[in-house]
Amino acid sequence: MTSGENQTFQEVRTVERSNFAAAGQISSYYKNVLKKLGVHSGVVRRVAIASYEAEINLAIHSWGGSMALTIYPDRIHLLIQDVGPGIADVDRAMQEGYSTASEEVRMLGFGAGMGLPNMRRCSDAFEISSAVGAGTTVNMDFNLLQEQPQEQ
Amino acid sequence: MPIKQLYHSVKLEKDKCVGCTTCLKRCPMECIRVRNGKASILYELCIDCGVCVQICPHHAKVAQTDSINSIFRFEHRIALPAPTLYGQFRNVPSVDNVMSALLRIGFNDVFEVARAADIVSATMRDLLKTTTVRPLISSACPAVVALIQIRFPELLPNVANVLSPKEVAAMLAKKEYSKAHGVPIEEIGAFFITPCPAKMASIHSGRSTYVDGAISIQDIYGLLSSNLKHEVPEFIRQKPHASWQGVNWANYGGECAALRRNNLLSVDGIHNVIHVLEEIENGRLDDLEFFEGSACTGGCVGGALVFENPFVARNSLRKLIERMQVGDAQAAAELELPPDEVLMMQPWGPRPSITLSDNISDAITMMDKIEGLTKTFKGLDCGSCGSPTCRSLAEDIVKGYATELDCVFKLKEKVEALARQMVDLTNLY
Repeated sequence: MTSGENQTFQEVRTVERSNFAAAGQISSYYKNVLKKLGVHSGVVRRVAIASYEAEINLAIHSWGGSMALTIYPDRIHLLIQDVGPGIADVDRAMQEGYSTASEEVRMLGFGAGMGLPNMRRCSDAFEISSAVGAGTTVNMDFNLLQEQPQEQ
Repeated sequence: MPIKQLYHSVKLEKDKCVGCTTCLKRCPMECIRVRNGKASILYELCIDCGVCVQICPHHAKVAQTDSINSIFRFEHRIALPAPTLYGQFRNVPSVDNVMSALLRIGFNDVFEVARAADIVSATMRDLLKTTTVRPLISSACPAVVALIQIRFPELLPNVANVLSPKEVAAMLAKKEYSKAHGVPIEEIGAFFITPCPAKMASIHSGRSTYVDGAISIQDIYGLLSSNLKHEVPEFIRQKPHASWQGVNWANYGGECAALRRNNLLSVDGIHNVIHVLEEIENGRLDDLEFFEGSACTGGCVGGALVFENPFVARNSLRKLIERMQVGDAQAAAELELPPDEVLMMQPWGPRPSITLSDNISDAITMMDKIEGLTKTFKGLDCGSCGSPTCRSLAEDIVKGYATELDCVFKLKEKVEALARQMVDLTNLY
């Protein structure tokens, strides 16, 4: 929690490995926070999709990790970190339709290979770094000032 | 465009309210607070779904509707029965008997809303062929539309710009009646026989141009029951009737069934609807063609203003539908109205109501305080403080509507601390 003087809001939450029962709770929480802050609905939707994909990715692929949301008056920053196993070929993982998800996970309706590409598509800035054995870090930014409010 | 004060049907009868937390805990919008021992509704969040009306054990939550006497302010009166009405009576031989009963209680004519539902179904089928919006979201349930306006504004472009069947029914009924009897439209009153408060609210919220009022099914159930056995007038028999698919709109899934497509989803119960809208919001259902959400369990048959048990009503409707001619009545209905008349001129706009502040910096500061405060509560969401959850209490405190000591656990801590201080004081002397 940062001080109110800097006018930022930060909330860090952890995601457990394979906990599908809780999947979606964090993105749902983000949506509620952003709507209460009066963030434009188009941005809310993009954050919703990106954070949901991140949450599912953590549950499916990682050994556990965390999601940190920081809201500034002009942008939203999302930091996704996990403790492993790391991605061997990041470029390939960024390709649409490429997935290493197990058959079991696909049976749940996940693992279409759209997770990372969707995150990149929905965010205004996207950065990923990963090393096998060290885990994966994703940074995403969403601008708040560009989109004009919808006409009523 | 002037912003109209939104009308709401759901009201509190203060005398009957004992300040329990039943409605507080079940309201899907978390828009009820118990303050000073009585419930109060935060109307900017209320969608008139009627959940509180249905569950209040003290009948303190009521739905305001127009009285049957109010129809007599018009010289010419048309009843617009929701198809749900047909399912209220056990063993009624046909829809004609229900229509005749409506004439006997004071209406001059009847226009089946189910017939308009046939027209709306046809319009929706056309729309699905041309639009690229996925999923298209039904606009039939006004509580679900209000929910989207408040909580899911980013999904508003997905909501079909199609008039509701009651609106189409009123428009057609007045035109037909005016032509047949040579009276001006203004002298004709069209009254919807409503199963729920949400439809009452939608009629009086300024979006309705042709419906003049809504009569609760519960209010006229007794009157109608005693008038079902009379002979059916010839002009009622001769009327074009709704197809079974139009009548089936009373059940959840009825609208989807009339669309003749494969990739459709119908969901009933407001909490279930919220879950599925979240899935749509997360981009998980982008391949879905159509989504039909009904706030009430079972669809309109489960409305807060019906008389019959919704499951019994569903069965009565099924029996009625089986007796109906399963012909292609909707094909005839389609001829009566060009589809563009069924489309709305004004698209659905958001109902901005849940933001903390107009200034994002202020809002961020407030959110920070809310989050911090929430963590100091036990998280039982007991409702004893009068807010539905610990988080909502934190929000109420930051907004200045409540204090920390409204929390019984915080109060207990405070009393304990005070007691300790008093003991300490007595030990001094």
